[in-house]
Amino acid sequence: MSPRAAWRLETLGFKEVYEYRGGKADWSAAGLPMEGKLAAAPRLGKVVRRDVTRAGLEDPVGEVAKRATADGWDTALVVNREGILLGRLYKTQLDGDPNVTAEAAMENGPSTFRPDVYVSQMTRLMRDKDLDTAPVTTSDGMVLGMVLREDLEASSTTP
Amino acid sequence: MPVEVNRTDVLRLMDEGAQLVEVLPPAEYDDEHLPGAVSIPLKELDASSAGSLDPDAPVIAYCFDYQ
Repeated sequence: MSPRAAWRLETLGFKEVYEYRGGKADWSAAGLPMEGKLAAAPRLGKVVRRDVTRAGLEDPVGEVAKRATADGWDTALVVNREGILLGRLYKTQLDGDPNVTAEAAMENGPSTFRPDVYVSQMTRLMRDKDLDTAPVTTSDGMVLGMVLREDLEASSTTP
Repeated sequence: MPVEVNRTDVLRLMDEGAQLVEVLPPAEYDDEHLPGAVSIPLKELDASSAGSLDPDAPVIAYCFDYQ
């Protein structure tokens, strides 16, 4: 309905009218702040760990594994120069042949979640699917970080 | 003719003092809206409801998504 609203505003004498087609869905999926009654409920954007280990396609797995261990992670996200998520290295791959590239070892197109998902919703989903960690990206695919089930469970038991 | 903009444009226009107008029903606005947006539901959008806006400043209309 925003196209009609934009045209209507123009007929009402507004000289510079824009229409944001992506709207609220696009805005909140990018992790940008909202106002209103529901805005206070905790969402993934608040609990995501942004320090997850990232690797380039050409990085040797051995080198990525060393960095991950130093950062306290047993997984790493493979991204391009723009920070877009391309793949994921799990512990099995990080412990594998250290000389292959991240691109050769990674799992392609890992499942991701948006930063505007409610913590309560995600906690249930991670329990149901038995996930311990999950990558969080914007709707454009840009990595924001990783959520840990233990973080979600800890934050949802706090009143 | 209204110009379609993306999120990056919206952030820039907000910095430049653009007015945000949510055209969804008021209950949806109360739940959540973009920072600083005003609520003018499409069904109520006329000269009187738009009177609170500055016609010479940029205005951005939005709803939930491509609907």
